[in-house]
Amino acid sequence: MGMTLTEKILAKAAGRSSVKPGDIVEASIDLAMLHDALGSLTFPIVRDLGIRIWDSDKVVVAIDHAAPPSSLGHAEWVADTIRFAREYKIRHFYNMQGVAHQIIPEEGLVRPGMVAVGTDSHTCTYGALGAFATGIGSTEMAWVLAKGSLWFRVPATIKVVVDGSLPARVMAKDVMLKVLSVLGVNGATYKALEFTGEAIRRMSMDGRLALCNMAVETGAKNGIVEPDEVTWSYLKERYCGPMEPVSPDEDAVYDRVIRIDASGLSPMLACPHSPGNVVPVNEVAGTKVDQVVIGTCTGGRMEDFRAAAEIIRGRKVPPFVRCLVIPASAKIYRQLLEENLIKVFLDAGCVMCNPQCGPCAGLHYGLLAPGEVCVGTHNRNFMGRMGSPLAQVYLASAATAAAAAVTGKIVDPRDM
Amino acid sequence: MKMLRGKVLAKFGNDISTDDMASSKYVTSATPEALGKICMRDVDPDFPKKMAEGGFIVAGTNFGCGSSREWAPVALKAAGTKAVIAEEIARIFYRNALNLGLPVIEIPGITKNANVGDELEIDLESGSVKNLTTGVALKGIPTPEFLTKIMEAGGLVEFLKIDLAKSRGK
Ligand code: SF4
Repeated sequence: MGMTLTEKILAKAAGRSSVKPGDIVEASIDLAMLHDALGSLTFPIVRDLGIRIWDSDKVVVAIDHAAPPSSLGHAEWVADTIRFAREYKIRHFYNMQGVAHQIIPEEGLVRPGMVAVGTDSHTCTYGALGAFATGIGSTEMAWVLAKGSLWFRVPATIKVVVDGSLPARVMAKDVMLKVLSVLGVNGATYKALEFTGEAIRRMSMDGRLALCNMAVETGAKNGIVEPDEVTWSYLKERYCGPMEPVSPDEDAVYDRVIRIDASGLSPMLACPHSPGNVVPVNEVAGTKVDQVVIGTCTGGRMEDFRAAAEIIRGRKVPPFVRCLVIPASAKIYRQLLEENLIKVFLDAGCVMCNPQCGPCAGLHYGLLAPGEVCVGTHNRNFMGRMGSPLAQVYLASAATAAAAAVTGKIVDPRDM
Repeated sequence: MKMLRGKVLAKFGNDISTDDMASSKYVTSATPEALGKICMRDVDPDFPKKMAEGGFIVAGTNFGCGSSREWAPVALKAAGTKAVIAEEIARIFYRNALNLGLPVIEIPGITKNANVGDELEIDLESGSVKNLTTGVALKGIPTPEFLTKIMEAGGLVEFLKIDLAKSRGK
């Protein structure tokens, strides 16, 4: 029986010739990510148990959540994260250089066929590079650091075929919101999403990262894209070691196949308070907006900022709106500088923030007051996640968010 | 693992997220006491009061969706939760809960068959529940054997301690 991409990677990592959905396997880990917010729960366990890290070169530690800390409690996590990185000689340590989920792909640290875990549910982002990647708890991370392996139940795979090509101002984020409208927030629980089809092959790495990032919002264990020319050329600039292609078998067995025609898609929004509450933009057009966030590990990459700048250029953010522009990494920040986009954002009255998670996890600045409305390029709009439970948060593409920033209301970016 | 007996003290619908269980904006300290006090604050501010005597939660689908934060199971436990019985449990939360010694069990049909105040008996290993108040018995998803072993050891940290001691003794 043929295997899907996820099954193949897990079989290899478990040293088995084949696996099937439901099997429980012990897979070796190629990459482990810890960040200041949830890694800080792992560090004391590692110290208490006297764990010797199995391979510290496979460990990435990032300070991206409380970056910089805004309370004493957060300052303690951050200080402990730095202490840990020092004590355990973590070479891949990134102190406020952006969100781990951007840094890791950007630095060529995740590659096709790898098994990656992180103390963060959006670790599934790295599937864009053809890796099996998933979020785990902080205590499990202590196990991984000690052993270099972890158990997984092999997930069944849902194949998501995206045909055609995306119309202007319709982005990868809109594709994922469409997928969420089909699967809902638990349609893929315990499963893998394998993205394929013409529109995926044409999609940039930035787009693929956005897509896989939100796999967890369908309940999925991981999202994955088969490596192709886009993958190899992305990696060539970042990594020079050997790499092996991986692909699903022709006769792989899928749990379900979903087909989406990209050509027929329009800009979408996930309405409060669920990423699965998806409607086309025109259904909520006119809703007034108090805050716009363009950033995060979902929508804070160059493709997003270029699309946003195209709409923002020459326009002004009304004074009653705040628009936070948060590059997902320091490299992206620099690129924005080189492409002169920072000027576009500043001229419009946007606020340029340092690369980090920003208000996304509700830890930090940019929290919402009761009754306030936010349109953001992030991935979750659970009630109260970004501040008051009485605030309303909409998830959208960077184009849709930019259109909201300069008009102060929800509008179709194609009308701009 | 032995049977667990307790009273349902709180009941929730679908899609209760780990953000609901431990919202970042209230997490100023990660101690269990502090987390227990803020548990479910946006959803049900009286939750810690309701759970104070110690008992079960019954919930709908996708319980524990979202963030991988372990503050969530810690908060539930600290608030008095002895076990969670849900229609469906989100995967990262499922692993975290058992790793931290909080019994969680998937029982399709539970929300129709258990209410606040009912006395339940649950068996993690076989994945079954008996409602002692109504007499209804339901069968759900059994817990993988090695996960019940982790629970019996008192959680993953204890389990890892034993494992490390063994390999160091070699
Ligand atoms: S940007 Fe948001 S979703 Fe991404 S890692 Fe940070 S808090 Fe999590």
